[in-house]
Amino acid sequence: MITDTLALPRQQLLVPAGIGEDDLHRALACMLGHAVDGGDLYFQRRRTESWSLEDGQVKNASHAIQQGVGVRAVSGEKTGFAYSDEILMPALLEAATAARAIAQHGGEGQIQVWQTAPRAMLYEPLDPLETLSAEAKVRLLEAVDVEARRQDPRVTQVMVSLAAVHDTILVAGSDGALAGDVRPLVRLNVAVIVERDGRREQGSSGGGGRVGYGWFLDEDRALGYAREAVRLALVNLEAVPAPAGTMTVVLGPGWPGILLHEAIGHGLEGDFNRKGTSAFSGRIGERVASPLCTVVDDGTLASRRGSLNVDDEGTPTQCTTLIERGVLKGYLQDKLNARLMKTAPTGNGRRESYAHLPLPRMTNTYLLPGEHEPAEIIASVERGLYAVNFGGGQVDITSGKFVFSASEAYLVENGRVTRPVKGATLIGNGPDVLTKVTMVGNDLKLDDGVGTCGKDGQSVPVGVGQPTLKVAALTVGGTQA
Amino acid sequence: MPEITIYPTAPLPAREQLEILVANILAEARVRGATAAEAAVSFSSALSVTVRLGEVETLEHHRQRGLGVTVYIGQSRGSASTADWRPEAIRDTVQSACAIARHTATDPCAGLADPDRLAREIPDLDLYHPWPLSVEDGIEMARECEAAALALDPRIRNSEGGSVATHAGLMVYGNSYGFCGGYPTTRHSLSCSVIAQDESGMQRNHWYAVARHHNDLETPVAVGQKAAERALRRLGSRRLGTRQVPVLFSPELARGLIGHFVAAIRGGALYRKASFLLDRLGTPVFPAFVTIRERPHLPKGLASAPFDSEGVATVDRDIVSDGVLRGYVLDSYSARRLGMRTTGNAGGTHNLIVEPGPLAHDELMRQLHTGLWVTELLGHGVNLVTGDYSRGASGFWVESGEIQFPVHEITIAGNLNEMFEGIVTVGNDVDARGGIRCGSLLVERMTVAGE
Repeated sequence: MITDTLALPRQQLLVPAGIGEDDLHRALACMLGHAVDGGDLYFQRRRTESWSLEDGQVKNASHAIQQGVGVRAVSGEKTGFAYSDEILMPALLEAATAARAIAQHGGEGQIQVWQTAPRAMLYEPLDPLETLSAEAKVRLLEAVDVEARRQDPRVTQVMVSLAAVHDTILVAGSDGALAGDVRPLVRLNVAVIVERDGRREQGSSGGGGRVGYGWFLDEDRALGYAREAVRLALVNLEAVPAPAGTMTVVLGPGWPGILLHEAIGHGLEGDFNRKGTSAFSGRIGERVASPLCTVVDDGTLASRRGSLNVDDEGTPTQCTTLIERGVLKGYLQDKLNARLMKTAPTGNGRRESYAHLPLPRMTNTYLLPGEHEPAEIIASVERGLYAVNFGGGQVDITSGKFVFSASEAYLVENGRVTRPVKGATLIGNGPDVLTKVTMVGNDLKLDDGVGTCGKDGQSVPVGVGQPTLKVAALTVGGTQA
Repeated sequence: MPEITIYPTAPLPAREQLEILVANILAEARVRGATAAEAAVSFSSALSVTVRLGEVETLEHHRQRGLGVTVYIGQSRGSASTADWRPEAIRDTVQSACAIARHTATDPCAGLADPDRLAREIPDLDLYHPWPLSVEDGIEMARECEAAALALDPRIRNSEGGSVATHAGLMVYGNSYGFCGGYPTTRHSLSCSVIAQDESGMQRNHWYAVARHHNDLETPVAVGQKAAERALRRLGSRRLGTRQVPVLFSPELARGLIGHFVAAIRGGALYRKASFLLDRLGTPVFPAFVTIRERPHLPKGLASAPFDSEGVATVDRDIVSDGVLRGYVLDSYSARRLGMRTTGNAGGTHNLIVEPGPLAHDELMRQLHTGLWVTELLGHGVNLVTGDYSRGASGFWVESGEIQFPVHEITIAGNLNEMFEGIVTVGNDVDARGGIRCGSLLVERMTVAGE
């Protein structure tokens, strides 16, 4: 689908305030007049809603509107930033004046002519809040609750939440970038508690994407999350303490790709590498993974949670190869870091909102499939862990140490999956964990659309994925030494 | 000289202006059919400066408004918020909340806080001390902080910068019982993050100071030097073999353990039966020497508040004494669900103080004798339903009370129930930089997973 992606954002963000394109020029000129190299204006209006169910009833819901304009002035490595929650010309000029305080003598920014191009659309510019009536939202939540409870009498609590974001942005840069985007995002989450003989365990599942609510009704998705949450909780009810120590770990397909996000992705973000603070700094062209591993960051997947038509600096997203057959190929760049590293932006300049500065961030990060059947991979393990579901993760990009926490895992003994074990944190070293990948499955899967990444206090939606992977040695943080 | 204009943080609006907004919101809710309503309006302004390798990296001006309303139509509720204070936006926001309340289920526990619990007097807790900081002075202070770190040792080779931030805010809350209260607060901080490097590799660490009054901050030089010392001491980190050992948590991390305790005694976790501390009221959770007090009215306290986010008066109390759990952390809704009364904790706890023991850091190390001193944790491997705990860690291997070498790429694991019961000592080295003030905690035994 090709359309004028600027029309809707312009109508929503600029027209009500009587701001025209000449005014955008005027605001940028107000900054550049003070010896700033460049800058941009980021207009945003975001409506969100969230409905939640517990005790079988929808008792709580909220609606929020956030809007404003962020103004950034850049001079060399310096950034000045101010924003206003009023989209009005005087407020815009005031923010521009505040942002330019960064300027030193010597900058010579010029405003380029606007460059806008029609773009392929990865998602429809719809308002997901309006894709279902309030009654139907309540019915959907209730149906998920009923489905979860009817799975097993040991289910004691079911909590379901349904949320949507309707995000409209317009960015105008002194480099001539002028882009708009309408970004729908929905999410449904189910969490259950099960109880048997006084022992309680939890399980949760969910999904979403840049679609309308109707997506949850298709292919039985919403009810599927309910069944999956209960299955997980019941598995954990049987779980024995996890082993402690370094062992072979087989990671399941899909969401376990959080491994790549933590171990590899963050360390390849342009800001850390420009500053030389990442364990991957200066290592382009070096072998950092086994030849079985090719890892990409792809912002162009249709309707995916981590996808964007353009990033928050107006750069079209792309598929960037990070690691090709084990060799480090590239970094993820926003405009500032790309310019300072004398390379091109990769469409990874993202910001939580108009009130935050853009940073190089991931979109959908995944590892390409290999040749092995998943069953073959498990059969090859004498003793180890098979981890198929995870909670969150974290990385220290400087030392390279990363963790991610399993929420569903099993022992593998003599090539067979045996008992479930309690959740445990796995820890490794980013620059060498993928060198220990000895088998890659043919079952590439992307996650269901639940990931949120935090960096410098900013949250953005992301995706991850991978096929089944065998890592010869990874440390498992259980209690059974 | 760089051409820099002085921009202090924006002035706060008058409290009366926010009170009028709250009154207008409540009036609008009544007109639209709400039988009860509550509203909060806030304004905040901040300036932050980061200097990296001696040069300004970012200069950020923040100014944010917020307006939130919850309406009740009978026992059904709906909420909405916006940053827009214009009358038409207020009308739309209240309308959104009312529209939601027409679709949510009747809940006998829903509603405003009981009127007899609303704060009658609003004590001045000395929380507002604006810092007349110019951009130039902020830059100079951030530079001084980072320079102190870079100068400490030639192995400090790189930096993520020194930062200074000042924040001022004003919040007013009101409800349809006629309660309306608000107060301004400030919060200022200094921080530094640097990277040490030698033949063993790179290690990053940071330090920060935060206070209501800028005079109460550590000096920029002290913050920078501590950041550098903390990065340097991590150089040469090794792994450990898998083993079970006693673990000493540094005060910054001990606060996190107490945070898990608080999360498990919150009303929301209890009425959902999603806590490992279910039905433990009146029973020992910690050893008998542990006392945890809540002191909401500490002057200049970082978590001080005269009333909670429902207008309920906050009060001094002991949550744990003699190791026994004496009270939960409840708001009105969760309290009603549990058949109890609110503890004035809507929005969180207000200055929890773990009573310090007699031992200083060196003495704690001697008591640890042989084990792990943990100074950093990684990840979120805490399950509040079961209490299972498994997180990435780094710190130091200690033998006979002496540091042997720094360690990293290991995990520590246990169960919070057993970890709390297994606390051997609370240190006197209290970290007061947050809403939970706690010294080091020595835990008898945990599993370390490594090589």
